[in-house]
Amino acid sequence: MTGSIAAVGAGLAVIGAGIGIGQIGGHAMDAIARQPEASGKITTTMLIAAALVEGVALFGVVVSLIK
Amino acid sequence: MVNKINTSGMNKLVLAIIFTFISFFGFASAHEEPADTVDALGQAAVQHETDAPVDISKIAFEHILDSHSWHLWGEGHDAVSMSLPIILKTDKGIVNFMSSAFHHDTHGTVVVEKDGQRFINFDENIYYASETPDSKGQYLSLIMNDKNQEEIENKMPLDFSITKNAAQLLVSALILILLFTSVARAYKTHGVTSAPKGKQSFLEPLIVFVRDDLAKENIGPKGEKYVPYLLTVFFLILINNIFGLVPISANLTGNIAFTLVLSVCTLIITNINGNKHYWSHIFLPHAPKAIWPILIPIEIIGILTKPFALMIRLFANISAGHIIIISLVGLIFIFKSVYISPVSVAFALFIDILEVLVAVLQAYIFTMLTSLFIGSAVADTNEDGAHTSDDAHMAEAKH
Repeated sequence: MTGSIAAVGAGLAVIGAGIGIGQIGGHAMDAIARQPEASGKITTTMLIAAALVEGVALFGVVVSLIK
Repeated sequence: MVNKINTSGMNKLVLAIIFTFISFFGFASAHEEPADTVDALGQAAVQHETDAPVDISKIAFEHILDSHSWHLWGEGHDAVSMSLPIILKTDKGIVNFMSSAFHHDTHGTVVVEKDGQRFINFDENIYYASETPDSKGQYLSLIMNDKNQEEIENKMPLDFSITKNAAQLLVSALILILLFTSVARAYKTHGVTSAPKGKQSFLEPLIVFVRDDLAKENIGPKGEKYVPYLLTVFFLILINNIFGLVPISANLTGNIAFTLVLSVCTLIITNINGNKHYWSHIFLPHAPKAIWPILIPIEIIGILTKPFALMIRLFANISAGHIIIISLVGLIFIFKSVYISPVSVAFALFIDILEVLVAVLQAYIFTMLTSLFIGSAVADTNEDGAHTSDDAHMAEAKH
């Protein structure tokens, strides 16, 4: 097996990001389906929440980059 | 009526910037081999000819890290780059020279003598050179430290050079100053009630957005005082993010020192303007006294972690984006086949578009979180600690 533990750690951090952003997107779609006229606000809020979740996941990536 | 756009100012600016950069231009001397260089390494030249696997991570890190000269294009001896001033504070005073003195060497094999002191450039760090070169031709002395790793024993002078990132910051600051002063002048000449034209019509919605939806909404009536800082942060991050996506320019927002300074500014502004309620929430929180021993240290650490998160978020998002783009384009070089290029370029295009979105979004998130922190620091509360008039509304709704 080649590669480093750091890469495995980065991969695990990305799983967290994937799950988080997937949930946000899914709930945003449900919300838009219920109220299409609010889709502008919902999309904006979804993007903001996705950026924040991604920030957290990138903590993990940064630590593995340092190694 | 003919739209008279005053372009002569912008033309002069563009010419000024071009001439400034041309004056720094130093072409790599492909034919000159400095006599005292023992080029036993010669790594770049060798890698061209052999079939050694391409080290993408090294190339990626070269692109996102800072460097003392601004490399434009080319590889090894054919490299074209601008040399930048190196300014060092040594014990005997300030030494400066142009980075072309190192002749593109970053392995510590070329020694620059200036004012009686000798310097080498190893991995873009400047050290005092050792007296004699070691077996690989490097003027370093390496020792093994406790963890059995090699460590460099040479001392470093204080490095105040204009590196690639510093030059990039100066350029983008200049562009921002010229852009905004010209828009401000337009307001002075046309007045605030006439329809905006040109750059004004692009920037005005953004400025009004930061002022109304970020400052006034999150900070409240005292928001006007902080709008200049929020505008500075927003546009500085935005323009440097966008610059980072352009091939030849520098990666400034992906540099943790830059984001550190911005978040320290936020930290200072938040805590200097913190009023009595802000500090009482931290040191005397509204919670049962039994958990105060846990809660108060958490609140105190929380003062630091919020700007720390701002710093890491911006740095990691931008750096990770650049590494991904470089890796995708580097796929062509890893596979050494031209047929990978449609796939690679398509992916890289998609990621590039995503990165433009991330660039704008990260600027917005940094500014929004800064305004939220400032808002929580200057918030007015009622005497019993409740915030705004929510309690009054809820009491009314109950009836």
